[in-house]
Amino acid sequence: MNASGQRARSARRAVFTLAVAAALYELMARSGLFPAALVPTVPTVASTLTAMLLDGTMLRHAAYTIYRLLSGLGLAIAVGLPLGILMGRFRAVEHFFLPLVSVLMPIPSLAWVPVFILWFGIGNTTTILIVFYAATFPMLLNAWTGVRSVNPLWLRAAGAMGARGQVLFWKVIIPGASPFIITGLRQAVLRAWIAVVGAEIIAASAWGLGWVIYDAKEFLNADVMLASLAVIGGIGFLFERLVLGSVERATILRWGMVQTAKS
Amino acid sequence: MYHIEVRNVTLTYDTPGGRVPGVRDVSFSLAPSEFLCIVGRSGCGKTTLLNILAGFLTPSEGEIRIGGKAVAGHGLDRGIVFQDFAQLFPWRTALGNVAFGLEMKGVPKAEREAIAMKQLELVKLEKFARSYPHHLSGGMQQRVAIARALAYSPAVLLMDEPFAALDALTREEMQRLLADVWRETRKTVVYVTHNVAEAVFLADRVIVMTPHPGTVKAELPIRLSRPRDPLSVEFLEYQKELLRHLTEPAAKA
Repeated sequence: MNASGQRARSARRAVFTLAVAAALYELMARSGLFPAALVPTVPTVASTLTAMLLDGTMLRHAAYTIYRLLSGLGLAIAVGLPLGILMGRFRAVEHFFLPLVSVLMPIPSLAWVPVFILWFGIGNTTTILIVFYAATFPMLLNAWTGVRSVNPLWLRAAGAMGARGQVLFWKVIIPGASPFIITGLRQAVLRAWIAVVGAEIIAASAWGLGWVIYDAKEFLNADVMLASLAVIGGIGFLFERLVLGSVERATILRWGMVQTAKS
Repeated sequence: MYHIEVRNVTLTYDTPGGRVPGVRDVSFSLAPSEFLCIVGRSGCGKTTLLNILAGFLTPSEGEIRIGGKAVAGHGLDRGIVFQDFAQLFPWRTALGNVAFGLEMKGVPKAEREAIAMKQLELVKLEKFARSYPHHLSGGMQQRVAIARALAYSPAVLLMDEPFAALDALTREEMQRLLADVWRETRKTVVYVTHNVAEAVFLADRVIVMTPHPGTVKAELPIRLSRPRDPLSVEFLEYQKELLRHLTEPAAKA
């Protein structure tokens, strides 16, 4: 089986799953059990979505959200990844930061939104920092665990061949920890989405997918809400499949450090 | 002139249950290009001893001299092959694994890949140079590990039961291959095993170790011409003698 054939099959499988889910929703919407204004049919949502895409508003909402998401995620990776690695390598760093991490991690990122609004006002800064807060911990914890679970045999073999310090770090520890680092990245993306939409609902003005969903509530525009949710799902799906999927295929899947499900 | 001298080496482990002797007062020497097997049951300290030779453990007493110089820590003068297939780096191809030691030495890329390719030819894996370890069988992975340990030209090869996790047929094939590699490279080899037939097949000399604490019980030179026939009467006599040394203390206990 070649790679493009595999991708086509995987796309067909995805379409099938989504079509079944949409059909079930459509059955519910048409059952007459719920008011049509609150549970719009799939064609209604689709036409709202098309209209919003064509007049550019949806793209602008999505662009704001993606900008905040990627900025916060970038900060989270820049801080969480090195810090987690250092915590896994140096006991002093671990001893200093672990209590801080343990205290901050259980606080839901959205609980910080009112505080951040007081400090930074409404807008991009607050939203980006909330995303940063939410995404840092999964990145950090996975990097920390990954570094500590590098097979000691690799370290021994590398040490016997003269690998030390920086070289050992880049050529053995980082690739050795890569399954955890990639998992950390996945979880960070997930948390970042939750945070960005939540933060936009509370702390954004006029633009962003979270904001548009919340704003639509004022006018009972369930079709706008669902269209925006579909866009979030769509972007998330593409990001997961294209970006994270490619990273995984190019590294840990190729190296056999993780396997695809057998049956 | 000895190549390796192990002098009165003792190592005690500090465990939560107290101090446990790993090996006690072990001494032996190897001539250059000698193939020495250390045989013993689990827990006799043979792997501990190899780890001391490799420099992963520091003896509580005694010293190791290689080429007349006392050694501390590990170094590129010793190549090491472990039992576990997972010793290869999964993110590197067979060639990349074999070239690792040379890379650490600062050998330029083209040169180190040429040398690594030669080593893969030595273990008959040149066709799999670009394969990742997870696509290779256990026996092939161990051959890559041997090539990797030889690639940076260490004077000594230390092997810790490298074929113990292989099936019997593959193991015999590997033993023949290792005998050929040794004949061609003339490395000094210290080979740890619990397999008596393997020791008689490979070694110039066998050291028998017994546990609690790990000590040298007997030394037996194998005076058989190579290649050796595992079914010959002499071969079986050697096996019997080694087994006798190995089982005696167990009978007493």
